[in-house]
Amino acid sequence: MLHWLTLMAGSLASLLWAALIFTVPLTLASFALGLTVGLAAAIIRLFGPAPLAAAVRFYVWIIRGTPLLVQLFLIFYGLPSAGIVLDAFPAALIGFTLNVGAYTSEIIRAVISSVPKGQWEAAYSIGMSWTQAMRRTILPQAARTAVPPLSNSFISLVKDTSLAAAITVPELFQAAQRIVATTYEPLILYVEVALIYLALSSVLSALQVRLEQRLGRYGGFLESKS
Amino acid sequence: MIRLSNIEKRFGDVTVLKGVTLTVAEGRVTALIGPSGGGKSTLLRCINLLEVPTSGSVRIGEEELTFHPGSKPNWPDVRRLRSQTGMVFQNFQLFPHRTAVENVMEGLVTVQKWPFGKAQERAMTLLQKVGMAHKADAWPATLSGGQQQRVAIARALAPFPRVLLCDEPTSALDPELSDEVVDVLGKLAEEGTTMVMATHDLRLASKIAHEVVFLESGQVVENGASRDLFSRPTRERTKRFIATLTQQGQH
Repeated sequence: MLHWLTLMAGSLASLLWAALIFTVPLTLASFALGLTVGLAAAIIRLFGPAPLAAAVRFYVWIIRGTPLLVQLFLIFYGLPSAGIVLDAFPAALIGFTLNVGAYTSEIIRAVISSVPKGQWEAAYSIGMSWTQAMRRTILPQAARTAVPPLSNSFISLVKDTSLAAAITVPELFQAAQRIVATTYEPLILYVEVALIYLALSSVLSALQVRLEQRLGRYGGFLESKS
Repeated sequence: MIRLSNIEKRFGDVTVLKGVTLTVAEGRVTALIGPSGGGKSTLLRCINLLEVPTSGSVRIGEEELTFHPGSKPNWPDVRRLRSQTGMVFQNFQLFPHRTAVENVMEGLVTVQKWPFGKAQERAMTLLQKVGMAHKADAWPATLSGGQQQRVAIARALAPFPRVLLCDEPTSALDPELSDEVVDVLGKLAEEGTTMVMATHDLRLASKIAHEVVFLESGQVVENGASRDLFSRPTRERTKRFIATLTQQGQH
């Protein structure tokens, strides 16, 4: 038992460091970029010209229909054969961004269309343009509805970044693998790394609750029981 | 003055309005009545171009737009005409994420770029007028239907429209709540607000409308001064319809 604790304590610093300088920035950056892609894709699907909308559907089809690990391998190991050589971190960033973009575009499309048509009409009736109606009336209401499903995507992403280990990004999971390679204590190290992911996800779940309350403070929603 | 000339509106194969011509004088209140599906709401929505007429023309004050089948009017023209109007909806359609006063300010701040303080001042004046100043900071979800509709009236009036369009403004309200809305609209009528309203509410129409237009199957069956039309309709169809409304009112 004491052996366990000393091993965990001894490796904690380097694991947290890997999380801090790779896992967290990779997650935050690819989620922010992915959301932007997702919003643009959703708007094109709903309001854009048919050929563009078809292109977006194709993109979503490809990304959702192929494994994330395969996508990462394609970008990092495959693209150099086509003359495009990327470092591990940017390759991972691109892969995760495309992935988040495809999944969140469907969420954003759904929540935008869930805002009643009458809200568009009310916005137009006081003189708003499409952009003003979207920014001031539709998106703020859609945002509240989007928090639970987008939180799912975000939390999935935190854990999915462990796949970046496979394309040589020295993030949290790879750091654990390296320690295992020298200590031969896979059980302890992988339990430890699982707990760190759990802690990260828990922080996000707590933030989700806060964000739901903040965005839904105008009322009219069913409150969750706990 | 508002002038609708020969308005036709088709949805696919269905013709909802079959050449409606209508003039509304400044400062007058016109009620559109008639059976459901007769085209009242569509006609009203053609005035502020939430529905774009298939053909015909709409004139509000100095602004006029003519429509042709198959061609879309350009957006600046639509907005210019629309900016002459304000609209009150059957289901209020307040912005739920904005307080009462923010709802009223929204058009002034976002569209007309008024400074915050000035917009707030005008919004409070309007809330005062509809008797909702005490709820200025309330979220719409916490207001009764009648209160929401009064805030919605204030919101529609905020950008100084030439005409207030009301689409069944009391239909979602029980008689007691609809009274408070009728009172507010009556007050506005007395002050000379130009209004066009689609309604089933005989009390609303008889109390505040000067003119009544009876629409059925996309056509004007009869129109005239409200006192005459309600008491001495000339067409048999109008008589029967008004009789049903009166019976409803007695229950």
